[in-house]
Amino acid sequence: MKPKKSDRRQFLKGGAALAGLAAGAIAIPSAASGDTIKDALAQAAADTYEGTPGPAPGQQFDAVYGVRSRYETVGRVGGIGAFHHGPDGKFSRPFLGALTPLQDVMGIITPAALHYYDSHGYIPPDIDPQKHSLLVHGMVERPMTFTLDDLKRLPAVTRTHFIECNANGTTNGHGADPEATPQITHGLTSCSIWTGVLLSRVLDMVGVKKGATWILAEAAEGTRFSKGIPIAKGLDDCLLAYGQNGEAVRPEQGYPLRLISPGYEGIYNVKWLSRLELSDSPAITERELYYNTTVTEGKFGDHKSRWFRFEMGANSVITRPSGGQRLDSHGFYEITGLAWSGAGAIRRVEVSTDNGRTWKDAELQGPVLPKAHTRFGFPWNWGGEEAVLMSRSTDDHGQVQPSLVELGKIWDVDANYLRTHGLGHANAIRPWKVAADGGVYNAI
Amino acid sequence: MRFDRGKLPQMGAFTMRFSKSFALAVALVACSAALAQTNKYENVGKTATSEEIRAKDITILPSGKGLPPGKGTAKEGAPIYATHCAYCHGTTGKEGGPLAPKLVGDTSYERGPMTSWPFATSVWDYINRAMPRYQEGTLKPDQVYAVTAFLLYRSGIIKEDDVMDAKSLPELQMPNRNGWVPARLEDIPDLKKRAGRNGQYPGPDPTAAH
Repeated sequence: MKPKKSDRRQFLKGGAALAGLAAGAIAIPSAASGDTIKDALAQAAADTYEGTPGPAPGQQFDAVYGVRSRYETVGRVGGIGAFHHGPDGKFSRPFLGALTPLQDVMGIITPAALHYYDSHGYIPPDIDPQKHSLLVHGMVERPMTFTLDDLKRLPAVTRTHFIECNANGTTNGHGADPEATPQITHGLTSCSIWTGVLLSRVLDMVGVKKGATWILAEAAEGTRFSKGIPIAKGLDDCLLAYGQNGEAVRPEQGYPLRLISPGYEGIYNVKWLSRLELSDSPAITERELYYNTTVTEGKFGDHKSRWFRFEMGANSVITRPSGGQRLDSHGFYEITGLAWSGAGAIRRVEVSTDNGRTWKDAELQGPVLPKAHTRFGFPWNWGGEEAVLMSRSTDDHGQVQPSLVELGKIWDVDANYLRTHGLGHANAIRPWKVAADGGVYNAI
Repeated sequence: MRFDRGKLPQMGAFTMRFSKSFALAVALVACSAALAQTNKYENVGKTATSEEIRAKDITILPSGKGLPPGKGTAKEGAPIYATHCAYCHGTTGKEGGPLAPKLVGDTSYERGPMTSWPFATSVWDYINRAMPRYQEGTLKPDQVYAVTAFLLYRSGIIKEDDVMDAKSLPELQMPNRNGWVPARLEDIPDLKKRAGRNGQYPGPDPTAAH
């Protein structure tokens, strides 16, 4: 809606007239007839609205559901399976996946409209919340169904957690491009404030039978996406979320109900949640075998696959200055970025400006929350020299983010191998090289 | 146990037909069950009926639990595959496509699911759960058994006439059953067996005997 200035004035005058009528006035009060308090108030209101500038040509305004300034153009670009990335990123298949512009997100919260998603090729279903329900059954004393209204009647909790795809931070493919931005290298993590019911509360209501060790979470989409979580995790901190950043969970994020499994790979945060089945065995559905494993022929000495790699490791990335940016002039820049760990809270972030030779503590700018993005800052004066910027996080379990070489040692592969093959859980320290001309490049 | 108001009169009629002591025992069991359960959140959620559960429960466990009656062979599966699967996965299953993986594999670098998946029950579960695309859930159990048999046969795991059913499918030893770390299902939730918190495993299998 782009109303012309004069239209808006007209509308406001009409509104003032209506307000005047409601207040008992017969006609639009004029300065001459302003002899009662009511008239004076109506006149003041009319004058105020008269003096308000109307929208500029092209300006978007929506009083019902607000829109951002038209000068703000930050957006997601195509992710896995939809790759045409870059500043003019296009989506060949927009439903497949999209990456969060980490370099432009402020603080620790990702706006819901910019939260990454990876639909593995399946179109988000269009679910009527009035017709949606959650079935909890299997090894329980009393199988139950819950409507959305039922869940909203239960005591709610609000928790800040990141969700990260296990493929985030890959050091091969586009993740190794010199021009890659944090969006390309790390855009498969996002952080939201989730509101919902603790899964443990619902498990308490249905009564977990002795011997139940696994919960299979299933989605109401076409292929009935499903993923198993150990019951200990379900009783610990999992959340049945209907709210995201103060409003309903977005459709591509699982509307109207999403299982949040804090710190676990993104795939464990089952969207469009409609069924939870408790059993004494993992179900080993297709999702345990394809997307969340490392099918390892030729990759490991034992030629075996790793599965159920639940937690995401300690990670961090500098978001400014970062790949694709340019420093305009010498002088002061705050080096800023995000750190997170699937195991708990970030305890420490160190920054190096000399390619890892020396490290200094960065400031954790808070809030510092478990299994959430944590913002760090580090003061830096750039004198025009070449520099390589790095960040390294440590979590409250003592896990230290590895270098690419250290990550290779953990995986028992050569670091160069990680530059050509994606293994998932790629939480290697990310170097950004600042060239003498101010250009910043991915230097993994 | 949550009291379902709609069922109370029925329950009363039932108990009245029996002796007083039996009725008392029933009442005591009901009371202790009620006490054991939390009623903090009264009248929130409904007890699920067995029909509701049957309609939604499609999980097949590696033990075979959940598999319905029915059977099929590779011979019977070939025409079903050609009709419902070949369009996306290729005529032999070795081809795959832009949105569909290849299904029939060998022991070369990129394996197909038959030669990499540890349980044949997972194959049945997935075909029944999610295939054919956009017509999910339309295949009858016999057809799912037959297509599963066809893919297993084409991957060299069973013979063309081997019958796949609720008994033979979970008993089938898949070639890559032990190619997963940790291999034992009961070890999976154990952080130590997975050798670390963050999902990064050292190269050697930490659960293998040295």
